[in-house]
Amino acid sequence: MAMVDVLERVGWQVDFPEQQTCCGQPALNTGYRDEARTVARHFLTVFRDAEYIVVPSGSCASMIAHHYAELFQSEPEWLALAHRLEPRIWEFSKFLLEVARVEDVGARLERVATFHDSCHGLRDLGIKEGPRRLLARVRGLSLREMDAAEECCGFGGTFSVKFPEISGGMARTKIDSIQRTGADLVVGIDASCLLQIQGALSRAGLPVGTMHLAEVLACR
Amino acid sequence: MTGPQQEKIRQTLDDANLQLAIYSATGRLMSHRQAVVAPEVLPDYQELRTQAHLVKQHAIENLDHYLEQFESQVVARGGKVIYARDGGEVVEFLLDLAKKMGARLMVKSKSMTTEEIDLNERLERHGVEPVETDLGEYIVQLARERPYHIVAPALHKTRYDVADLFSQKLGVERETEIEKQTKIARSVLRQKFLAADIGISGANFLVADSGAVVVVTNEGNGRMTTTLPRVHVAVAGIEKVIPRAQDLAVFLKLLGRSATGQPLTVYTSFLAGPRREGEIDGPEEFYVVLLDNGRTRLLADREKRQSLYCIRCGACLNHCPVYRKVGGHSYPWVYGGPIGAIITPQYLGVTHDPWLPFASSLCGACEEVCPVKIEIPKLLLALRSEVIKVKAREGQSRLERLGFRAWAWAMRRPRIYEMLGFMGSALLGGGEGWIRRVPKLLNHGPLAAWLSQRDLPRLPARSFRQLWRARRKAGEN
Repeated sequence: MAMVDVLERVGWQVDFPEQQTCCGQPALNTGYRDEARTVARHFLTVFRDAEYIVVPSGSCASMIAHHYAELFQSEPEWLALAHRLEPRIWEFSKFLLEVARVEDVGARLERVATFHDSCHGLRDLGIKEGPRRLLARVRGLSLREMDAAEECCGFGGTFSVKFPEISGGMARTKIDSIQRTGADLVVGIDASCLLQIQGALSRAGLPVGTMHLAEVLACR
Repeated sequence: MTGPQQEKIRQTLDDANLQLAIYSATGRLMSHRQAVVAPEVLPDYQELRTQAHLVKQHAIENLDHYLEQFESQVVARGGKVIYARDGGEVVEFLLDLAKKMGARLMVKSKSMTTEEIDLNERLERHGVEPVETDLGEYIVQLARERPYHIVAPALHKTRYDVADLFSQKLGVERETEIEKQTKIARSVLRQKFLAADIGISGANFLVADSGAVVVVTNEGNGRMTTTLPRVHVAVAGIEKVIPRAQDLAVFLKLLGRSATGQPLTVYTSFLAGPRREGEIDGPEEFYVVLLDNGRTRLLADREKRQSLYCIRCGACLNHCPVYRKVGGHSYPWVYGGPIGAIITPQYLGVTHDPWLPFASSLCGACEEVCPVKIEIPKLLLALRSEVIKVKAREGQSRLERLGFRAWAWAMRRPRIYEMLGFMGSALLGGGEGWIRRVPKLLNHGPLAAWLSQRDLPRLPARSFRQLWRARRKAGEN
């Protein structure tokens, strides 16, 4: 709901098509391409007429904008629809900066935060400075960089449960880096990374919280 | 995943000293690389990567042509080219050669290709002594281990480990100072260089237009291996061929930088043919063994043949958060890290280690640093889908397949999707806070795997859909 609040606050009308479910990435990443296609077709059908599709996740946005085309290589009609939707897919921070063209959404939050770069947002969509620019305008928030901001948190979808020890080890490396900043809050653009990071923080009993960028920007 | 790999992964994760060794060594290599590819230092780095990718692509797409050209150039310079289908044929050739020369000792400079075919063990079995002369390789050879890393074979060994190893195997006094350890190795290896009849090297590049084998090293051992013994044999995969000597301008810039953060490796040797009249060094005979060992099978796959572009710099290993956790000996074959995860299933077959392509969070750090821009995550996804297809054919992983089918069915039905949320909330308890454990009845499969490492949030008391409907209703009033 935080994303809706922020978008409305900066003057956009938001719709939430209730038919929507998932983009299909879990199936694609686990090797189930047919199942991924089934779910992707549902997504494309639900959103076919949307003007802008704002996604609160770099990973889902990358799936839709980059992998749909690959999935539908031999299905020209769906491929055409996927291509038509590509330019309308916007990850939340990119939408604010490049379409809505706002940096200051009037947010206030008295915390010391560190920003975690989500892999797909960073490497597939080139999201690096954007969220930091938005956070820099949040009153009361001080931002400290991690030494391993770009290192994966270890979530990786089904990887997290297929290889729990490796995934957990990666999460602990991440929270070590978070702790060295002295921040009491980790901000990210993907709920899945934050789930992994918060899950590991909670298990370690550390008094550090996590918030999605939209939640931070919704605070006032 | 089962068997020795799982055990090795556990051991590595639990060994705090080893974790530290891997982290600091790979971390150093990462920061050294970063320092020499930064835009202020190398503004055309991205263009170089693109160019390297395109040259490799062109070479691989026209491999037959360039291999023939390479061969005719080698022959014109008095050398010989041998095509080997597999490791057995390489061994056969070397044993024949050794027999002809009465050779018992071969010195080797670092070569992953010969590791791939277990050359050392196979030569030993036939009474020939192979001696590795790269310090790291020498250490792992003495320890009778596989290289831990493509570029840094003994990355996992501390100087104390090396001290123990040297005193055990070489009968010298225990020495923990690295410089002195190097001196010990050097004095042993000098004798081997002088006594060996055959020197075996790998090749970083095979240059088609000049018939040159290019070998880069940092220790100078490559030069001695290829020039001191009477015969030099280079063993190289067929994918190592590049069209022109001038292409090296691109590759040499990228290789040292990506591997160790050096603008240029210390020694770059261009070896073309045996010693000619009037030359003061070089071998009397010069052979290049071109190894297939499954490479033509990779070549047949249009999408995945880009795996053959790899120049073995090891950057993807250093930057891989999974490699950095599990280390080099947890992988099923000699090639570890992301590149290992994509080529092992292709060389050995996807059923050999079906878990391997799944052991990645798909973070993409590997592709980002790959100097020849191999799309590693994309290839991992392709391999995953191949594994799933084979498993479906063989009736394995039934439960998972059923699960994904049911999931896909539910994801097309928003009402059911919503109900699943309520059910999850009812089962695990909705509201605030985090779940550390669940009743035994529920503690299975993915949920148990998740909770073995991390807590799980409770589902919010009201779903987004409920909040959305309430908000719209409030707006209407």
